[in-house]
Amino acid sequence: MKINKELILQVAKNARLELTEPEIKEFEKDFKDILDAFSKISEVDTKNIKESFHPIEIKNHLRKDEIKESLSQEDALKNSKHRTDIYFKGPKAI
Amino acid sequence: MKDLQKINKEYNCFNTICNIQEKKTGKLKDLKISVKDCICIKDIESRAGSKILEGYKPVFDATVIEKVKKEGAIIIGKTSQDEFGFGSFSTNTYNIPKNPYDKTRVCGGSSGGAASATALLDNHVAIAESTGGSIACPAAFCGVYGYTPTYGLISRYGLIDYGNSLDKIGLMAKNIKDIKRVLETIKGYDEKDSTSIKDNLKKDTKVKKIAVIKESLNVNPEIRDIVLKYVKEKYGEYDEISLPITNKYGLACYYIIAMAESSTNLAKFCGMRYGASLELKGNFDEYFSKVRTKYFEKESKRRIMLGTFARMAGYRDAYYLKAAKVRTLIINEYKKAFKKYDLLISPSMPVIAPKFSEIDKLNPLDVYMFDNLTIGPNLAGLPHLSVPIGKIKNMPIGLMIIGDHLNDYKVIENGM
Repeated sequence: MKINKELILQVAKNARLELTEPEIKEFEKDFKDILDAFSKISEVDTKNIKESFHPIEIKNHLRKDEIKESLSQEDALKNSKHRTDIYFKGPKAI
Repeated sequence: MKDLQKINKEYNCFNTICNIQEKKTGKLKDLKISVKDCICIKDIESRAGSKILEGYKPVFDATVIEKVKKEGAIIIGKTSQDEFGFGSFSTNTYNIPKNPYDKTRVCGGSSGGAASATALLDNHVAIAESTGGSIACPAAFCGVYGYTPTYGLISRYGLIDYGNSLDKIGLMAKNIKDIKRVLETIKGYDEKDSTSIKDNLKKDTKVKKIAVIKESLNVNPEIRDIVLKYVKEKYGEYDEISLPITNKYGLACYYIIAMAESSTNLAKFCGMRYGASLELKGNFDEYFSKVRTKYFEKESKRRIMLGTFARMAGYRDAYYLKAAKVRTLIINEYKKAFKKYDLLISPSMPVIAPKFSEIDKLNPLDVYMFDNLTIGPNLAGLPHLSVPIGKIKNMPIGLMIIGDHLNDYKVIENGM
């Protein structure tokens, strides 16, 4: 796999981060060093082994479809600096 | 409260100091409880050590907070930590805690403030959190008990997530008795947490056979000798067991999964509904990118970048899914060991708490290596306890007791 500026910029774009030129260089080095060390998991034989997405078996606990008390509109908006009286205000969508 | 402010001025263990006692009666009446910054307390700034959550005051309590409030505990503040738990020294943040035994040394991380406060305060229990060793590491470096439960035993509702399949809320204290008291209050199924378990803890605490993890003895020789002497005195006979997959691949497996999960969790921080924000300018992508770029620290950006990469089309199979399969093998390795042994033992950390000046010279990969002993039980969701068992050059060292799932009582009782 080739770690280069193009890949770093693509990842940063997906992650919604802006990088300066020195940061791009630094990430190129970090990616090379860290992924090189992490790539050793490829040598493990995992044929017929299922993934563990949790350390223990997690059962689905489905709740009844009933209306319950939830956050009030005022509470939901309380921590936002960008709001009207009943809505969040966001940046332009189009 | 004045004393606490004085202590905090010297050691930076708190991001916020408060004094909340909702009831004067209950099982935890008058017990002081500190709370890691990543656990939400209603109306108290809760920012997980991050600038991006500056000013965020939750409108609800985490389940653990609701429970301790009902039992009369006094909540004294939010403890300092690495931003979102990303670190082993609590230095990846704006408020860096200092080690109570030597202020030129780190507390460990990411629950560094919790461990520092625990060493400094009496009649106090810290509610902390561990993803890959964030309780055992600072507990060992600061000379206190650090308990991490079986995954799912304590509700994560109200925890600002790092990695959902790894995060566990746990406890630190100066003695086991206080850990047990608070555990009885906060454990148990919670319908608000989809990964909460309904199983009961096993009552049997008897220990017939123990093993020391062979690969974990490759640490500072003084630490190794103190650990082995302690084990011999306490248990008499012990075996050595090898965990080759965990030892060789655990670190890579852990960091790939942890970074992948954290990069998705941190996607929600975008300067709109809560936390830090900027003037609304540009389109969605431009605005979100500006906020995230300005307020995330360097280590958070690194983990978001690597985690995003590990989940990207074309790389997902080789990294994220492969790591999830290796995780199965690691869990199986421990499960096999627990068929023969009641407890597994290792040092908690390979070294004593390093100096701030020493860690400045380390690159990211060097830092990740410090977690090598703690990531195994964290990946497998096993209960573990760091026990303060001695000192080297006046700096504490910890021994880690690991038990099988749901054998938390066995782990805790044997830490006495």
